[in-house]
Amino acid sequence: MSAASVMARVDRDRARSWLQDYGVYVGVAAIVLFNVVFTPGFVSLENFRVQAVQAAPIVVVALGMALVIATGGIDLSVGAVMALSAAFVSLYLGYGPLVSVLVALLVGAVAGAVNGTIVAVAGVQAIIVTLAMMIAGRGLALVLVPQLEGIRNPALREFGSGSVAGVPYVVWVAALMVALVLFLVRRTLFGRRLVAVGGNRRAAELSGLPVRRTLLLVYTLCGALAAVAGVMTTARLQASDPNSVGLLIELSAITAVVVGGTPLSGGRVRVAGTVAGAILMQLLVATLIKHNLPPSWTQMAQTAVIIAAVYVARERGRS
Amino acid sequence: MSTVTERVPGPGSESSRGVPVRELLQRHGALLVLAVVLVAAGVGLDGFLTAGNLNHVAVGSAFLAILALGMTFVIVTGGIDLSVGTNFALGGVLAAWASQYGSLAALALPLAVCGAIGLLNGVLIARARLAPFITTLATMLGAWGLMLSVSDEGNTTYLVPDGAVLTSLVHGRLFGVIGYPLLLVLVLFVIGGIALSRTGWGQNVYAVGGDERSAALMGVPVARTKTAVYTVSGLCAGAAGVLNAFWLGSGVTIFGIGIELQAISAVVIGGTLLSGGYGFVSGSFVGVMLLAVIQNIINTISGLTSAFQEVVSGVFLIVVVLAQSRLSRSRPRA
Amino acid sequence: MPTDRGTPVLRARGLVKRFPGVRALAGVDLDLHPGRVHALVGENGAGKSTLIKVLTGVHGRDGGELELDGRPAGFATPAEAQRAGLATIYQEVDLLPLLSVARNLFLGREPRWFGLIDFPRMHREAAEALGEYGVHVDVRRPLGDLSMGARQMVALARAVSARARVVIMDEPTSSLEPREVHTLFEVIGRLRGRGIAVVYVSHRLDELYEVCDDVTVLRDGHAVHSGPLAGLERLRLIALMLGRDMSEVAREGATTFAGAHDVAGGAPALTAEALTARHRLRGVSLDIRPGEVVGLGGLLGSGRTETARAVAGDLALEEGRVAVAGLPVRGRGTAAAIRAGISLLPEDRKHEGIVPGLSVRENIALAAMPRLSRFGLVSERRVDRVVSTFMERLRIKATGPSQKVEELSGGNQQKVLLARWLALNPAVLLLDEPTRGIDVGAKAEVQRLVDELAEDGLGVLLISSDLEELVEGADRVVVLKDGAVVGELSGASVTEDALVDAIARGEASPVVRDRSDGGAGAAPEEEVER
Repeated sequence: MSAASVMARVDRDRARSWLQDYGVYVGVAAIVLFNVVFTPGFVSLENFRVQAVQAAPIVVVALGMALVIATGGIDLSVGAVMALSAAFVSLYLGYGPLVSVLVALLVGAVAGAVNGTIVAVAGVQAIIVTLAMMIAGRGLALVLVPQLEGIRNPALREFGSGSVAGVPYVVWVAALMVALVLFLVRRTLFGRRLVAVGGNRRAAELSGLPVRRTLLLVYTLCGALAAVAGVMTTARLQASDPNSVGLLIELSAITAVVVGGTPLSGGRVRVAGTVAGAILMQLLVATLIKHNLPPSWTQMAQTAVIIAAVYVARERGRS
Repeated sequence: MSTVTERVPGPGSESSRGVPVRELLQRHGALLVLAVVLVAAGVGLDGFLTAGNLNHVAVGSAFLAILALGMTFVIVTGGIDLSVGTNFALGGVLAAWASQYGSLAALALPLAVCGAIGLLNGVLIARARLAPFITTLATMLGAWGLMLSVSDEGNTTYLVPDGAVLTSLVHGRLFGVIGYPLLLVLVLFVIGGIALSRTGWGQNVYAVGGDERSAALMGVPVARTKTAVYTVSGLCAGAAGVLNAFWLGSGVTIFGIGIELQAISAVVIGGTLLSGGYGFVSGSFVGVMLLAVIQNIINTISGLTSAFQEVVSGVFLIVVVLAQSRLSRSRPRA
Repeated sequence: MPTDRGTPVLRARGLVKRFPGVRALAGVDLDLHPGRVHALVGENGAGKSTLIKVLTGVHGRDGGELELDGRPAGFATPAEAQRAGLATIYQEVDLLPLLSVARNLFLGREPRWFGLIDFPRMHREAAEALGEYGVHVDVRRPLGDLSMGARQMVALARAVSARARVVIMDEPTSSLEPREVHTLFEVIGRLRGRGIAVVYVSHRLDELYEVCDDVTVLRDGHAVHSGPLAGLERLRLIALMLGRDMSEVAREGATTFAGAHDVAGGAPALTAEALTARHRLRGVSLDIRPGEVVGLGGLLGSGRTETARAVAGDLALEEGRVAVAGLPVRGRGTAAAIRAGISLLPEDRKHEGIVPGLSVRENIALAAMPRLSRFGLVSERRVDRVVSTFMERLRIKATGPSQKVEELSGGNQQKVLLARWLALNPAVLLLDEPTRGIDVGAKAEVQRLVDELAEDGLGVLLISSDLEELVEGADRVVVLKDGAVVGELSGASVTEDALVDAIARGEASPVVRDRSDGGAGAAPEEEVER
């Protein structure tokens, strides 16, 4: 290998690394610019509000996914957990909206904890564990609430469609979750541990880190965040619909995380990038719809984005 | 001259006579459960153990069986194919659309398109070295998008013309008992079983799943083998789609979404290791039948929705995987 | 150097292989002659495995020539090398444990019947082929069910097809029972009789003397010696491997250790008793007093690393006790050992040490993080203070605390890891090859630091393949062989010669490995040696 080719590789690596870290912001900027120029009615408060409300559940789910991916794992069950939490909201609504929401969150956390226990203690691959949870979770949701069930509750309705200071409640909640996860990642011991476990599990073990406990906690948190998104969606739709709530959101969330610069191999987590990634996915969909392109295009475009993002972020060091 | 004998007694070694229990369980556990379930249901439920009902169960799960067949190859290489569900649905829609141009077109088009999607999976995974689950998750979405765009965003349901040759074939029965779809499944499984266990290609599939690096050192064409299994899985999805289109008489756009999970469950329940390198085609058939029988029972006993079936398969999957990790951990390793 | 013995079947001249940042092979010559067993020896990282991989087409070469039967050759893939008659049995058995024995044996060349694999014939032929190697097993069973020895034989039987001209064995006996070793030697004898050239890589010297005809010693990517094994004294062979004659040429590797330390009396900083782990440790006991540097000597595979890992709670023990300052370590696992005041700097910096994607700062604070936190919240101020203290004290060269650790040089990475462990303020520091693969300057700094730490009253355990480092750095050296303590040097008797002698003589001590049943390997080395 000649010196020139080494240099070329270093340059390529650097370019790829930059693309991985900041590409998402360029993407968001580009798509916003495109819309400002070509999409009538894009620059309006109302449109921003709509986009933010629709992006909110993706953001919340992607946050949990980012934490899981940072440990080198994956959670395919987030959509199913959303459906499950939606089902529990409608089941427990009789006890009042607060109780039903708390139960829904608890159920999400428990589902996540089950994932986490099997991954951390039994050492089964995360893909399989969460795949099983994905099947069973949505199935259970459908058993509990077989079809779309309207929810007429003034408090939930207010939460789903009301605003404070011009910003919808669900957006506030999403922002709060972002702040919470940022805090966890930046300030807490737990945040340090999860990237260390993902970055080099062996080194983390040798450094005396509680690897299993960390993994358990990460999956639990991911489940709870998915439940938050489930409650949001239920409140916004005024209905609990286990068939479609959170369907395929795991894909959007994983894409948001990967596009946002968190590698699938783990070891780092980029919260801001993840949020930008989720917004990018939402804007991509919205743009295609606004330009009267059919939903099928959205899906195919999303496919291309995922493969491109994973390709850019795939493990380095291969010559 | 001194000799090295097998299984030096010590911790972790099992009875020295015959095949160890764990392997019997791994290999025939599903069959055992299926037998127990069949007997129990036969005793407990009226009209369960009739040829008609059993044929109904088997034919009804023919699509799943074909998907599980393709999935078996993929899982034996240590991979996973999440795109088969939507690929299957795409195949059905394409078959129904193409049926207006004759049976040959209805067969060829889905196989070509679904096979191409499988090939794309294979190339991305084997050559670009992307993770199988994310790649096939992405193409799952892509195949869905393609299907929606073919079917006018799901608003058009193509109907198979009346009197199509394939329709009558699919609904026909051999000797008036065994449905042709079941026969097709059996033929495909025999071919698949021979390919996996009796050909050099099959040996390569096992070798890649056993340990990619070792396989490469032993001269196995790893990338080519991996590309092939995903292509086969895509072709199986296409074939299942054709079968489904002619069974239902139309290309139903929502049918099959999520069926990849059932296919994976069936394969794993049948004894194939998710970590790769171990598995067999006949087990997947038993796994499919087990899932189908349980569903049939659930439907018979109560009005329980098919959703309950999903709970059962999810729980089943995790129990089997946990048992497998136990079994493979008890395997003596130096 | 190589003596003339007719045309070698395989001749390598000036082989060069570079990896990013290292020259793994710096112009190596090798001649393999038909019917002779050629030993390839060297310490860890000397280039043995790389040489084999370059010869057999696993790695491409960056320079040099290769001739097979006098004609230029070169293999792009292992399969090509195989076809040309180079059979290799890699260090980790490279077969497929889930597949049957017969399938492993015949993968890629199964007997066919109308295009389909003829299993009955394959099983029959497999049983016959293995019978020749003394392996009598049910060939339909998964390979993983066999003992390591039998697996090794399957690998050998697979590799040695009818066309094999050269058979390369990389550490074939590392996991074999004595009886299995004996069988292996019989097989090697037969290969020799068939005129096959055998390359035998091992660090077990007694085996080399029993089975090999020629030897090539590798060190730092150079072939430092090549010739017949008979007549080469065992002591000299060890000296060659460890590079003692080189120091006469250049003293650049000289250590910066100051000399003896003031060893405090009283309770030992660390007491380890009867550490026992299957196949790895057999009742290792040692103690370290505060302010003392105890070296662990021995060749590769003697149990040095395992001892350190056992003390640090990273190796499950069947037996054994560890105490710090007289207090037994409570609980299991690394966290318990760390709480008790034991820190281990692991041998494999890349895989067990650094977290590559994280910054220097995060890497330093990793283990000490709980102590720098309150109620689960990290005190950034305290982390900054600790990090800057240690970056300064250890003179870690980085653009700043936020630089990614993977971008640092090996020496600075090592210092980051040292800082990680020192930040815990340990009572005992276990250093496993602390200066391997780092440049001379950093090496000197690390050595000086070890001195300082001992003066501060730490108990230090030093593992090193570098004899000079061990002799000059340690106050006392405990010598291990085959997972047991076979000797100890202290005070004025800690010299390189004495150490080489102790390592070589380990055999004579009462706690040698049990070879009674095989009868192999116990006898011949005495004649060869003197």
